[in-house]
Amino acid sequence: MKQKGWKDLPPGSVVLEGGSAVNFKTGSWRAYRPIWNKENCIQCLLCWIYCPDMAIKVKDGKRGEFDYDYCKGCGICALECPGKKGKNAIEMIEEGK
Amino acid sequence: MATGLTLKELSKKEDRFTHGHRMCSGCGAPTVVKMVLLATDYPVIASNATGCLEVSSCISEYTAWKIPWIHTAFENAAATISGVETMYRSLKKQGKIDKDIKFIAFGGDGGTYDIGFQSLSGAMERGHDMLYVCYDNGAYMNTGIQRSSATPLGADTTTCPAGDVIPGKLRSRKNLTKIMGAHNIPYAAQASPSHWMDLMKKVKKAHEFIGPKFMNILAPCNRGWRSQTNDSITLSKLAVNSCYWPLYEIEDGVTKITYTPKDKVPVADFMKPQGRFKHLFAPANEWLLKKVQEEVDKEWEKLKKQAECGC
Repeated sequence: MKQKGWKDLPPGSVVLEGGSAVNFKTGSWRAYRPIWNKENCIQCLLCWIYCPDMAIKVKDGKRGEFDYDYCKGCGICALECPGKKGKNAIEMIEEGK
Repeated sequence: MATGLTLKELSKKEDRFTHGHRMCSGCGAPTVVKMVLLATDYPVIASNATGCLEVSSCISEYTAWKIPWIHTAFENAAATISGVETMYRSLKKQGKIDKDIKFIAFGGDGGTYDIGFQSLSGAMERGHDMLYVCYDNGAYMNTGIQRSSATPLGADTTTCPAGDVIPGKLRSRKNLTKIMGAHNIPYAAQASPSHWMDLMKKVKKAHEFIGPKFMNILAPCNRGWRSQTNDSITLSKLAVNSCYWPLYEIEDGVTKITYTPKDKVPVADFMKPQGRFKHLFAPANEWLLKKVQEEVDKEWEKLKKQAECGC
């Protein structure tokens, strides 16, 4: 991003566009990558509510893929996932492997 | 009570706190904010005291907030939002505005228990129609884990470091939820993100009262608690189940426990995974660990008695 001088900034450095943080991708912070195994998913959406980075795409009440542009790889979803018959629907793998 | 409190229904709502914020990986605070805003079915204006949440959610030109949001100094989140609320009431009276708007102030434990305490107490006493949400991570995490008055007994921080001289913090944390209850406000409550339904019900309930409301919400910090990035929900669950962080509400001066753990676990279960309490498991500090357990038990018994007698 090109840095702005004081003349270019709105008074008080007010940010005029709400939710503009979506333009800042935090996925590169990730050291571990969550993998979603659809067949073990019971669609409880606990991963969605507990995700601190709003990085799980949900459409019409159904869980979709991870949003790797923003997922920081904390692993909360994998730990809280109840899975199906004891089989976890989310596993963490080392990034780049 | 409004319905729609299923995850399926909630997931159809727009996130008013977006991804792209720069809180640490696995932080508890964004989850708290997300839940509070999801449970709010009104247009909201928020103020935010200086703290982790404030500095990482709005870094020049990028804001994670999709609501009007005001950054204030450490000490005056409550004063700022009470000013906004007063202006709103005036504009409404003049007929210049007709929307029903809710006002929320967010602050960490430093900005709430310590530095912002006077402005919070003042706003509560003046009776502004607002909700103050404290996300309590138990120290000044943003500036490098200095102790606050929310830091629990025995915790290691950079300003009460555990070593040969002292075994971490020697004072107990202050019970802010009860202090707020003592302001005789319509609603004060304590919640935890692990119990999302309880948390959201409390937010919804809070918005239905006219007047000042306060919520104290646990927000694990893996950096300051010296734990793992994936355990914020697990730890907050243990905090509730050990009664270190009981879930209750004070409605018009009447205390009600909203969740009683089926099997109360020792507080050591909550502390063991956290590096800030590591020293308490050394034989020399056994007495302190015992003291922590005694204090938690004492507070829990006191709370139960208050709930029983309806006071």
